[in-house]
Amino acid sequence: MIRLRQIIQNSTVQFWTILFTVTWLLSRYSWDLYKTLDARWIIKYPAAARLPLEDKISAFMQWLVEDASFGLFSFRDMTRFIASLIEAPYDFARDLLIEGFSVGLGNEAVEIAPSLSWIAIIVTLAAMGHYARDWKLAALMGGCFLYLAVFGQWDSAMVTLASVLIAVPIGAIGGLMLGIFAYRWPVFEQVIRPLLDLMQTVPVFAYLVPILFLFGFGPVAALVATIIYAMPPMVRVTILALRAVPGEVKDVGVMVGCTKHQLMWKVMVPSAAPMLMVGVNQVIMLTLNMVIIASMIGAGGLGFDVLTALRRLDIGGGIEAGVAIVVMAIALDRLSQAFASRVAADHQLDPDLPLVKRHPWTVTVLVVAVGTFLLARLLPGIQSYPEAATLSTGTFWSDVIGYINVNYFDTFEAIKTAFLSYLLLPVKRFFVGIPWAWGIIAMTLIGWRVGGIRLSGMAGLFTAFIAASGLWDKAMVTVYLCGVSVLVASAIGIPMGILAAQNDRANRVINSLIDTLQTLPSFVYLIPVVMLFRVGDFSAMIAVVLYALAPAVRYAAHGIRNVDPQLIEAGLVSGCTPRQLLWRIKLPMALPELLLGLNQTIMLALSMLVITALVGTRDLGQQVYIALTKADSGLGIVAGLSVAFIAIIADRILSASAKRAKQRLGLMS
Amino acid sequence: MKKPILLDCRNVWKIYGAQAGRVHAEHRGNPSAETLKNQGLIGAVRNASVQIRQGEIFVIMGLSGSGKSTLVRCLSRLIEPTGGEILFEGQDLLTMRDKELIEIRRKKMGMVFQHFALLPHLTVLQNAAFPLEIQGMGKAEREARAREVVELVGLKGREDYYPRQLSGGQQQRVGIARSLAVEPDLWFLDEPFSALDPLIRREMQDEFLRLQNLLHKTIVFITHDFDEAIRLADRIAVMKDGEIVQIATPEELILNPATEYVEEFTRHIPRSKVLTLGSVMSPGAVAGEAAGDLQATQRIEDCADQIEASDLPFRVLSEGGTVVGSIGRQIVVDILIGRKVSL
Repeated sequence: MIRLRQIIQNSTVQFWTILFTVTWLLSRYSWDLYKTLDARWIIKYPAAARLPLEDKISAFMQWLVEDASFGLFSFRDMTRFIASLIEAPYDFARDLLIEGFSVGLGNEAVEIAPSLSWIAIIVTLAAMGHYARDWKLAALMGGCFLYLAVFGQWDSAMVTLASVLIAVPIGAIGGLMLGIFAYRWPVFEQVIRPLLDLMQTVPVFAYLVPILFLFGFGPVAALVATIIYAMPPMVRVTILALRAVPGEVKDVGVMVGCTKHQLMWKVMVPSAAPMLMVGVNQVIMLTLNMVIIASMIGAGGLGFDVLTALRRLDIGGGIEAGVAIVVMAIALDRLSQAFASRVAADHQLDPDLPLVKRHPWTVTVLVVAVGTFLLARLLPGIQSYPEAATLSTGTFWSDVIGYINVNYFDTFEAIKTAFLSYLLLPVKRFFVGIPWAWGIIAMTLIGWRVGGIRLSGMAGLFTAFIAASGLWDKAMVTVYLCGVSVLVASAIGIPMGILAAQNDRANRVINSLIDTLQTLPSFVYLIPVVMLFRVGDFSAMIAVVLYALAPAVRYAAHGIRNVDPQLIEAGLVSGCTPRQLLWRIKLPMALPELLLGLNQTIMLALSMLVITALVGTRDLGQQVYIALTKADSGLGIVAGLSVAFIAIIADRILSASAKRAKQRLGLMS
Repeated sequence: MKKPILLDCRNVWKIYGAQAGRVHAEHRGNPSAETLKNQGLIGAVRNASVQIRQGEIFVIMGLSGSGKSTLVRCLSRLIEPTGGEILFEGQDLLTMRDKELIEIRRKKMGMVFQHFALLPHLTVLQNAAFPLEIQGMGKAEREARAREVVELVGLKGREDYYPRQLSGGQQQRVGIARSLAVEPDLWFLDEPFSALDPLIRREMQDEFLRLQNLLHKTIVFITHDFDEAIRLADRIAVMKDGEIVQIATPEELILNPATEYVEEFTRHIPRSKVLTLGSVMSPGAVAGEAAGDLQATQRIEDCADQIEASDLPFRVLSEGGTVVGSIGRQIVVDILIGRKVSL
């Protein structure tokens, strides 16, 4: 036993070579093995030993919705109550932005007040841009929303904006409160931390199913899902931001005699405000990211347009709505970033000034809103953007893609075939062939090797869970797609990061590229890819690579930049060529950062993979998606947990390796 | 006549580590350094007793890690001491309920911090008014009071600036103004000038002495800078490894350092700046003719030229005006050039 342990933990090269060879042999010959031994269990987990988890969960959900009761009220009453809490403000926002206020139902509805005119809304957003930063931002805000009006996306965009207006405050304030609780009571943090980990690794689709079950199809369910998805980072940022408040500032609060409440709200939260705003920005971006996914369970708006276009393969419509989401994402991202870094006016305003001068923007917005309201009685074009003046780019995009497909079909097909036959298929055969039993053993060994006994136990158990749920094949497809995409993303991203770290101009170009990629909601990547390569694993891979590229670039650049300058000088003095400097000094020293980047790339790849189920992959994501369409809570949750477990195993193993690498390099004691 | 004691700190301990309280109790409130080490505990403050008298500037001096900041945080109960008593106006702060403690902090204590600790989202005026706001004072009233203290620290005209627009020295002036806004009886200053440049530090020390001349507060002042301690203190407590090594006036510290450690600090201090005539004179009346009269409380630095220029010794007078001794050129020269003087 001890010998074995020594072999496993000490001889690096042998360990990995042997492990790989055994895995490869088993993968290659598992089918023959099954035939000669006539032991079907080798390639297929025995159905009799499957965990009945799916049915249990489905039955539990059924019970929850139909019979569960807390004495005074039933579970269903509670979900209805929550729904009504969210629905009322959402309806108000929708009425305000697009529908107009009315009394009565259906045909008898009488409009009592119209919504804000499109002009008023654009002016409001531009005003916020100017308030948050300057004229440039105001122009950007105005331009973005004018774009939405001119290109005929206004109505859908306003529905989306209404859900953002509801989801963001609830997500931000809820996250803030949870973060404060966690900061105050460490026990609460202990409870919430693993939950947060899980929420960020379980694919969104997985919890769409139970939410659909509890809240029914409609905007409320979509909002609940969005809020659950967007809240975790706010909780984390809040805990971090409160911890980062200097001890002295907290002491000041105590010494001037603050009560606990005063200390939190007058000292801690205001001091942490700039960092908290970063969290709000994240909530906004994640909310927009959810727009399309949420439309699967009933959110309307731009997301719905994209989704229907994707389903109909309506190229032009998909791109139009997709671009509209991007435009909105960019505008809201810049606006919230500006608020985060906003510097208050250098001197306080003189309270003796007239109201107009003290609040120029509020006054302007009010004047425009009332003015357009009155003018709209005469000119309807002021109320809603005249349809005759909208431009449609749909046909243009369709033509472009059509042209490309007609003229370059062979090229694209050749690329696709080459990738499929030389990269995707061999890797797929390798992973899918691995017998489940050996998979569990191999993960246990790897866990032991990099992290010791605890990690080994966890990796083994999680892998066993996946096998026992009968999802082994699907999981291996996920692993293969994820693996290939991460490989490609790293092969592109790491050199880009290295280049960015060493060259200022390249850094600027690459940075702006990565920034843009990160602002795009994940779904948007699917549109052009599907248009060019149609559905299938190759399209999925490209979408995943695009989405997961950013961390590979960022961490590589960061790692190279942070190499101790003295080491580089030492290298230079020893006569290193730039090439030697990179390979002998910079890359080895940046290894821990590169591993962390790989970790993040895998996380993003997994979350995107689930979405690519829409373009016809056959992996766990597809299982979750099927569960969603069938409203099968059990399947959805089990498949979702399996994805989460893969993510958690990858995360723990890579973090442990990064830690080991750091210790070996003496960067950490 | 001694002034009454405002803050009486008796046998205060702060021990970090698991089960610190139990170890402290088991050794009847006096665990030895060895016990602590064996238990894997760290004694940040060990058995500290100080009495701070009304109106004095009491300096706690020590190098980093000596426990001085921990001690002052125990005195203000920002940190919960492991054991001991801290009596403020006769009441034990450590057994006090939260509500009473908050009341005392609101009305009777003020504190200045090393890194200023200004609230970034408030203006100078709002920062200075912050303690009053916490007490629930109305806006007009607290701003009027804040305006007074801001003017007192010499920042009139910058009331509406934000902290980030001020230099380090100016920021600390705001910190001082804020701590003075409530007119505290007891004023803690935790290395208030350590983060400033040497020239600004000197200027702020002068400013501090000017304010104290006006206000006559009772002050606990923390510093790692022995020059600063000598310059400002009425009395100094020297700390090392969590223990108070010596409590004395600057003059006593130089003349009778309790340990080699203290002596090491005093070695490079120009004695003439600290010693008074009373402590270096030859006792008894002048034998022959005298050049004139000097006060026993005068520092040597201030009358060295006079004594050195005269061939004859000077008479040294006590506060009452009686002759208590004499001082001649030789002693002054010895002290000025740092020769060891047998006293």
